[in-house]
Amino acid sequence: MSEDDERQQSPPSDLEFVSNKARNCNATGSGSGHPEFQSTYPDQVLENVLENVLHFLTSRRDRNAASLVCKSWYRVEALTRSELFIGNCYAVSPGRATARFTRVKALHLKGKPRFADFNLMPPDWGAHFNPWALAMAKAYPWLEKVHLKRMSVTDDDLATLAELFLGFKELVLVCCDGFGTSGLAIFVSKCRQLKVLDLIESEVSDDETDWISCFPEGESNLESLIFDCVECHINFEALDRLVARSPSLKKLKLNRYVSIGQLYRLMVRAPQLTHLGTGSFSPSDIAGQGDQEPDYVAAFAACRSLVCLSGFREIIPDYLPAIYPVCANLTSLNFSYANITAEQLKPIISKCHKLQTFWVLDSICDEGLQAVAATCKDLRELRVFPVDPREDNDGPVSEVGLQAISEGCRKLQSILYFCQRMTNAAVIAMSKNCPDLVVFRLCIMGRHRPDPVTSEPMDDGFGAIVMNCKKLTRLAVSGLLTDKAFDYIGRHGKLVRTLSVAFAGDSDMALKYVLEGCPQLQKLEIRDSPFGDAALRSGLHHYYNMRFLWMSSCRLTRHGCQEIARAMPRLVVEVIRSADEEEMDDVVGTLYMYRSLEGPRTDAPKFVTIL
Amino acid sequence: MENDLNLKATELRLGLPGSDEPERQMTPRPNKRTLSDIVSEGSRSTTEEDHQDTAPPAKVQIVGWPPVRSYRKNCLQGKKDEVEGGTGMYVKVSVDGAPYLRKIDLKVYRSYPQLLLALENMFKLTIGAYSEREGYNGSNYAPTYEDRDGDWMLVGDVPWEMFISSCKRLRIMKGSEARGLGCV
Repeated sequence: MSEDDERQQSPPSDLEFVSNKARNCNATGSGSGHPEFQSTYPDQVLENVLENVLHFLTSRRDRNAASLVCKSWYRVEALTRSELFIGNCYAVSPGRATARFTRVKALHLKGKPRFADFNLMPPDWGAHFNPWALAMAKAYPWLEKVHLKRMSVTDDDLATLAELFLGFKELVLVCCDGFGTSGLAIFVSKCRQLKVLDLIESEVSDDETDWISCFPEGESNLESLIFDCVECHINFEALDRLVARSPSLKKLKLNRYVSIGQLYRLMVRAPQLTHLGTGSFSPSDIAGQGDQEPDYVAAFAACRSLVCLSGFREIIPDYLPAIYPVCANLTSLNFSYANITAEQLKPIISKCHKLQTFWVLDSICDEGLQAVAATCKDLRELRVFPVDPREDNDGPVSEVGLQAISEGCRKLQSILYFCQRMTNAAVIAMSKNCPDLVVFRLCIMGRHRPDPVTSEPMDDGFGAIVMNCKKLTRLAVSGLLTDKAFDYIGRHGKLVRTLSVAFAGDSDMALKYVLEGCPQLQKLEIRDSPFGDAALRSGLHHYYNMRFLWMSSCRLTRHGCQEIARAMPRLVVEVIRSADEEEMDDVVGTLYMYRSLEGPRTDAPKFVTIL
Repeated sequence: MENDLNLKATELRLGLPGSDEPERQMTPRPNKRTLSDIVSEGSRSTTEEDHQDTAPPAKVQIVGWPPVRSYRKNCLQGKKDEVEGGTGMYVKVSVDGAPYLRKIDLKVYRSYPQLLLALENMFKLTIGAYSEREGYNGSNYAPTYEDRDGDWMLVGDVPWEMFISSCKRLRIMKGSEARGLGCV
């Protein structure tokens, strides 16, 4: 992709532009018995062949490319695309999407930008699923699967899905909100073909409706039921009966209202599980003193197919040894809600030779990470979350843990690491020891914190990452960083698609380096950094290639953003105000801008101004 | 301005020579604490020490930093509360003009917005948004609380943890008394 072009050459993966470079092909002949039947027959055959071939094309990037060959290919590709992915729900309208793609069976939609997760965006900003639900109901009555991330979904929307799509099979809601247990109740009661109901990190309001009881009687097709984020009591007896009549159930993730005794009963019912979320992993208060404890070890031993274990929401560490029998088979272990020490971790982790994904709290300290490094030679993804997410001088994990991981886990591809202190040396070591890194997200919780050993900024560490990790596509930076760090990123981060910046950089140059140097940049989120209008202007050549740009608490002015909006008609430039800002303030609190075929959206709330 | 005395040249700070102190560059507006700031303070976890100090050195919390989702923060903080508190923290709530009082468990809530929303739902009224400068301007109601010293304070002024530990009862004021508070 040339950086000189004002307009992109090849279409982005999340937005379907009608290319004005499409060449006209002969339209296929229509009538049979037409005197020129002979000359149109090969075109018809070609299109039929093409249709059959394109059915096998699954990658959306490949499909986007195929659709640009000519009008015929564009048409056929649109007919054969069964999975529609839209990375920004405001980039294209439901009407436009359904007009082009007429045979969609699965919809994947993303809404709010990621920084909304951290209270940086007022509630009710948008990303409503409702217009999509209604459009799909008309256009794709055969729709089977919906996957939403950061969207607002109402109880009515859930009812729509269950009532208007008779063959609906899969619903996955990640980081969504706006619905409650009553919506779930309607959904599960009417959705008779349901195979997958995955509620992941979503906010579900407690309408005190017993939704688990609403699954229809008789054998269920359920393969996956994930509700660990649902913060309300559930009817355990109904759940037990449901699991008993779901012979295909492979994934079950319970919420923290399920005690370990109840977990035992479910595990005995479903030893075929491959993915298990254990719920609280502690006994309920009601359990009597004299009651015999069930044989938890045996229950785990019976689950011979278990590869993914999570939960432990209110863990009593005494019960941890119960999971020993499954450790050797585990490829994924999530302890990120379990406040356990290194000593408690070691006997478990030392058995997890096949572990590829590990999420954990920093309560295990550097020592725990050393134990991980000693055993988990196949580790691909590591996430270390803070027990106490405050800025402080001391923390339980540091450069020591990172160094150990880099030395022990050479195949590491993805890391998210929260810490209070980090050295350039450790980051450089990781860049050399783990060349396969695709995702590097380091969060030094103290803002502007330099290398504690050398007192230097963290420029060289992140520089080494972009230089040595040639496959890097996602980067999050932190600590004291000067413009030099961004110079490195612009020079070497040629594959970087997602970049997160907070409290970093000295001047506009930093942002310029990135916007001018990173041709693959799709998602850029920046907060509290000294970048102004001049820096914003330096990205004009690239903004149509990006999914979005977020800048909050930087140094942008309203007229600077207005300039961008005027120069780029297909960009929606939103200025989002916080509660105490006046509408006509020249200073911009939050800028969120994204390419779109539809122009300014009509559902923007009062605190959003679209320039 | 400070530049006349060239205080900058003699200033001791942590940072590279020649680079401006980052804090001053960062936010174009001064340190306003909006409700969202208070929310972030409310969501930080507490330690025993914070409660016991008379003037706890409040670490300034920035909205959304560190970038940990509130669900995750609440899960871990919730556990700490359960360990420390146990039985709940019920306080009486009166609303001007209502015939009888209600009681709510402050431990159930993690932040001011959650508490205010619950009060709005419980009494079917609108309290509105808080601002440091104007209180609950634009609303007919102002939520107040009686603290340990017996003084009546406006809900929202102090960090959430401090509020929880000092609140003895709540009173939702109405009408002209409420509006008067906003103008102080």
